[in-house]
Amino acid sequence: MDRKEFIEQLRRYHKGSISRRHFLGVTGLGTATAVLAASVPHLMTGRRAYAAGELGDQVNLTTWPDYHEPKNFEKFTAETGVKVNITVFGSNEEMFAKLKAGGTGWDVLVPTNYTIETYVSEDMFEPLDAAMLPNYAPQSYTDPRFTEPGTVGGKLYAVHKDWGTTGYVINSAKVTDKPTSWKEFWDLTNSKYQGRTMVHDYQLTTIGNALKYFGYSFNSNDEKELADAEKLLLDSKPNLFAINSDYKPSLINGDAYMSVCWTGDGKQLQKTDPAFQYILGKEGGEIWADFYAVPKGAPHRAAAYALIDFLLEPKVNADEVLFHGYPVADKRVIDLLPKEIIEDPILYPAAELLAPLEFGAAATLTNPARAEIMARFKSA
Amino acid sequence: MTATAQTIATPAVTERRQSGRWLTALLLAPSAVWFFVLLILPLAVVLVYSVGVRAPAGGYQAAFTLDNYLNLPARWAAFKNTLTLAPLGTLICLLAGYPLAYFLAVKSSARWRVMLLILVIVPFWTSFLIRTYAWIFILGGRGIPALLDAMGMGDVRLINTPFSVMCGIVYAYLPLMVFPIYVSLEKLDKRLLEASEDLGAGPFATFRQITLPLSAPGIITGCMLVFILLMGEYLIPQMLGGGKVFFIGNALVDLFLQSLNWPYGSAVAMALVIIMLVTVSLYLRATAATGGRRDASLI
Repeated sequence: MDRKEFIEQLRRYHKGSISRRHFLGVTGLGTATAVLAASVPHLMTGRRAYAAGELGDQVNLTTWPDYHEPKNFEKFTAETGVKVNITVFGSNEEMFAKLKAGGTGWDVLVPTNYTIETYVSEDMFEPLDAAMLPNYAPQSYTDPRFTEPGTVGGKLYAVHKDWGTTGYVINSAKVTDKPTSWKEFWDLTNSKYQGRTMVHDYQLTTIGNALKYFGYSFNSNDEKELADAEKLLLDSKPNLFAINSDYKPSLINGDAYMSVCWTGDGKQLQKTDPAFQYILGKEGGEIWADFYAVPKGAPHRAAAYALIDFLLEPKVNADEVLFHGYPVADKRVIDLLPKEIIEDPILYPAAELLAPLEFGAAATLTNPARAEIMARFKSA
Repeated sequence: MTATAQTIATPAVTERRQSGRWLTALLLAPSAVWFFVLLILPLAVVLVYSVGVRAPAGGYQAAFTLDNYLNLPARWAAFKNTLTLAPLGTLICLLAGYPLAYFLAVKSSARWRVMLLILVIVPFWTSFLIRTYAWIFILGGRGIPALLDAMGMGDVRLINTPFSVMCGIVYAYLPLMVFPIYVSLEKLDKRLLEASEDLGAGPFATFRQITLPLSAPGIITGCMLVFILLMGEYLIPQMLGGGKVFFIGNALVDLFLQSLNWPYGSAVAMALVIIMLVTVSLYLRATAATGGRRDASLI
């Protein structure tokens, strides 16, 4: 059928002289749609269909650096017409502060487990309507610890994105000592590799892993223990390369040899150069889970739900994991992942390394002593 | 206006003056509203916040206490960094910018002058963030240090030091110094230089006694522009200092966005405002006295 004939048929259909079925049959569009539907099943099933204009034209996502497969957003835009605007942060404290100050226009954010309780008690999150998230399947999560923080007071406020650990990364071409503990991390920083170590611009992990040097709890709010940690931080400061949560460029560039590091960054660095090794300090440290949540008064609420639901879809989520390198607790997604990812010791560490790790505690987020120690450390 | 003047003035003149006053008020109104809403009011809010206390979950809670001000020494390092690097940066900008402005205004041929001036502006066409990022690579391990290493200078570290911050500062602020000086030098009456030469002064004496004093307004304006903006600098130390070279601006961002300690942050901000007012007024008074010109205005 050539173009002219097609237009003629279309006119007839418009005028009502032929039926829709006849039009689809004659033009071959019906067959094409059927074939398309069969070959791309997830386009047609398992996802809510959105009426035109229902979602608006954009959605604002607030998240962490290198945390999403960009192609997934392109796909989301292609399917829904909604453009995804991304803002990234370096710490939960900063994310919380911005949202608290108001006027952000955020629709979806990615808070970490220990912060959700505070967001909810400050009335900053809206309870999620699970009916608007058909891809959210609570029964398919492997470990309740990764999903429970999303529910506060029996209400669902946030759904599981992924989880991970906070260890450190070394460039083994430069650091040949094979460290295995946080004690060695700080001792090497202050002896052999002065000016080559980075720590996060983030109170929880920076203070937490200084606490681990002494064998204290990662979450300690004890005055004396925090004072010890502060002293270690202040003594180490001249020997640090930088205090920055965006540490990958400096490591790749060869300016820094060691850094406090999250699972996925460790994985991404190792992909870039196998000399990068990810280490979980044997004293322990942090294990965490990140979530998707919708702030109260989100300007593009419908699009926010659509985006979360899209990202929770197993196939999409599996592509996310392949990009960011963080493990997920969703069995449907794990089943789609290649074997080498599931067996990767960075993503899914051995049980004895995971055992001493601690989830961040809500009290650390708002503890003024911790905030002030971090600020003093940075301005020293 | 005195009572006598009013009795002398004819009704028509009074009317004209009256409408002139209205016009003045009308023309000034937008900037007055602007200043009140965007400067005076926020400053009042900051002042009120600075005597409050941090709310349990962060933020502001009403109170009256001077603790925030008494705690200012805890940010001594940030104040010290700002108060040393800002004047030093201004001085380097002046030393580098003056010869350039002099060359542009006096030595370069009229044919090239416009072209050269445009070249000074060209960097502004690229985002400041991107230009500062470029410095990270120039000063980072694979940039100049690698070159120096290859030349046998050993392990040189440049990035995340006061030096790298200074590079970024001079690079970013130089045009702000060059333009006011250029303008004052360009207006310079060349006959004065000839007269000086005729009277037997050498080039150095002429420069010291004629050129320099006459370009003083440009120098004062340039220094003020650079210094005031530098005191509030945040981005350059953040990007080229790696969180190790800390300005008051960085301390403020931290206090508001990380520690959620708005009252203490407000106290630090007030301290910065007071320091600025004192240093700037001292500076203006000193330059007015030595320069012999009281009309040294901003631009």
